[in-house]
Amino acid sequence: MLATNRQKMVGLIGLLIVLLAAVWMSIVCGYTDTSWRQAVAALIDNDGSNAHLVVATVRLPRALIAAAVGASLAMAGALMQALTRNPLASPGIFGINAGAGFFIVVMVTFFSISSLQMLSWVAFMGAAMAALIVFVISAAGKDGLTPLKMTLAGTAVSALFASLTQGMLAMNEKALEEVLFWLAGSVAGRKLELLAAVFPYLAAAWLGTLLLARHVNILMMGDDVAKGLGLRTNVIKAAVALLVVLLAGGSVAVAGPIGFIGMMVPHMARALAGVDHRWLLPYCALLGGILLLMADIGARYVLMPREVPVGIVTALLGVPFFIYIARRGIAAK
Amino acid sequence: MKKYITVRMGKHISFFYDKKAVAVLAALIAAAVLLFLISIGSGEMRMSPLEAAAALLGYGEEIHQTVIVTFRLPRVLVAWMAGMALAVAGAVLQGMVRNPLASPDVLGITGGAAASVVAFLALFSDENNSLTVSIHWLPLAAFLGATAAAWFVYMLAWKNGLAPLRLVLVGIGVSALMQALTTLLMITGPIYRASQANVWITGSVYGASWKHVSLMAPWVIGLLLLAILAARHVNVQELGDELAMGLGGAVERQRLGLVLLSTALTGGAVAFAGGIGFVGLMAPHMARRLVGSAFGALLPTAALLGGVLVMGADLAGRLLLAPTEIPAGVFTAAIGAPYFIYLLYQNRKA
Repeated sequence: MLATNRQKMVGLIGLLIVLLAAVWMSIVCGYTDTSWRQAVAALIDNDGSNAHLVVATVRLPRALIAAAVGASLAMAGALMQALTRNPLASPGIFGINAGAGFFIVVMVTFFSISSLQMLSWVAFMGAAMAALIVFVISAAGKDGLTPLKMTLAGTAVSALFASLTQGMLAMNEKALEEVLFWLAGSVAGRKLELLAAVFPYLAAAWLGTLLLARHVNILMMGDDVAKGLGLRTNVIKAAVALLVVLLAGGSVAVAGPIGFIGMMVPHMARALAGVDHRWLLPYCALLGGILLLMADIGARYVLMPREVPVGIVTALLGVPFFIYIARRGIAAK
Repeated sequence: MKKYITVRMGKHISFFYDKKAVAVLAALIAAAVLLFLISIGSGEMRMSPLEAAAALLGYGEEIHQTVIVTFRLPRVLVAWMAGMALAVAGAVLQGMVRNPLASPDVLGITGGAAASVVAFLALFSDENNSLTVSIHWLPLAAFLGATAAAWFVYMLAWKNGLAPLRLVLVGIGVSALMQALTTLLMITGPIYRASQANVWITGSVYGASWKHVSLMAPWVIGLLLLAILAARHVNVQELGDELAMGLGGAVERQRLGLVLLSTALTGGAVAFAGGIGFVGLMAPHMARRLVGSAFGALLPTAALLGGVLVMGADLAGRLLLAPTEIPAGVFTAAIGAPYFIYLLYQNRKA
């Protein structure tokens, strides 16, 4: 763990460099080999050749989307873990991904919508809806938001949405073909416009997250202490929830339900930077971007020449992590 | 007047039956039979339950007999058996781990069976979509997948004992892993196989034939009988490890046997009816509410309820958007997920 602020700053800069390197690798590596010279040329002076087109229209959007989505999911996870005091909290576990998937499939099946732009908005709405459902369900009842109740409610809502989605796909093979890859979570073949559509919301949420970090720290001391310190806890909690919906919803809209990044990364970041959210959240953003980029690069090579959706790679990485944390116990508070 | 009826058969079977339990069981049997008759009588060609019963017994119109015997009967029987198997598997698990939220789905056992069956379909199909090996091996594949998942969960959740909460969380994790594997297999395979697998994962008894019934019946019925024989061990297990050992039970060995029984039942159901979710969770709870938690009465009650649930879900799926069929698993999830959430409130101490 990095102790002093100076060390933390150096760590942050180091991670930033790794992130940029990962973006670069993501542009260069893949089925079509690209030399770094070609890549630079494609970005600065695109001559319209095949190699240049691959870089500009396929690789670059993909790298940027992976970085943005990874960062957003990780930040969303960290906020959720702080808000619920549940170390397993994340958009995937809490049903947000499944909710977005369900809404997409409804739109494809019943309204034959296939424009990616529209679908991304639908996913955004679905994510928000599912998040609200889980929050409301787990907040109701006598003892409020206990970690266990949230995890179980999230799982149940996930299972419900997943099952309804599968049911609809079972009745409609054409839709299955269109959304199967999306449903598994992937950053491949996404256009830059798709990211552009949600980018303002993601960027606003990043900024908001960093501004709220100090309040989240106080929130972590418990409701009574926070209130005693003059924090309007309900307002802050609502703001955090809104940020989660923006971050997770925007991510799912662009890349589909990619699981486990939001759960894993905050733990790694805490190991590095400690529990102060002013450091933790930027660390999460960088680590999340790096992890998703690496997972995506890996996904290209596992079954070469076919691609595996990156959501599967993150699940395979994340499950052991999840089990490790589950074994350690989540009963805290 | 005595409150209990004692049943003794030979050396190994003896139950106390609450009179209320007997009444509940009788009512459930009547409900199951009625639903069965409605179910085989419904569809494009409608028959009243009486006509259906007549056709079943060899009377009535010939066309009725043909439709029922060739198409509907195997399907409804598969649904019934799958429901019974899942419900009993859930009841045994819940009793054994003393966690009312345990069920084959939550613990990833259904997911393991599903992943294994999809792998089986992917490995052993040719381009014409027909299997290159006998379908007889399917239940075995499902059973092995279920067992592997159960073993995985059991092993990973073990830490100086088996805390129920940890078990459920590890189960959720293993479920997610199985789901990822299943999706991976679906995506790497051709699309026709994916859609086939998808229907199957959701849980549907569409297209069940007599061949399925004849494969499934010995497996499920044999295991159900075994479960009833094992019921008293579950009763003892429910008291907790120390008491169970004090009473002379070989706790660990019995527990292993019960886990195997439960996964075999799940595997059998999943192999033929797919991933019909939440039945293993719901049916035992409802049964407990009706007849209490003595397993001699609980198991048959849960079995009947499970059968009714899946038959009902299948019937609803056939009728609601006819001629489009909705897989039965969609309905069991639609009822089951809210029920699960409701249980969370009932179970605040967990």
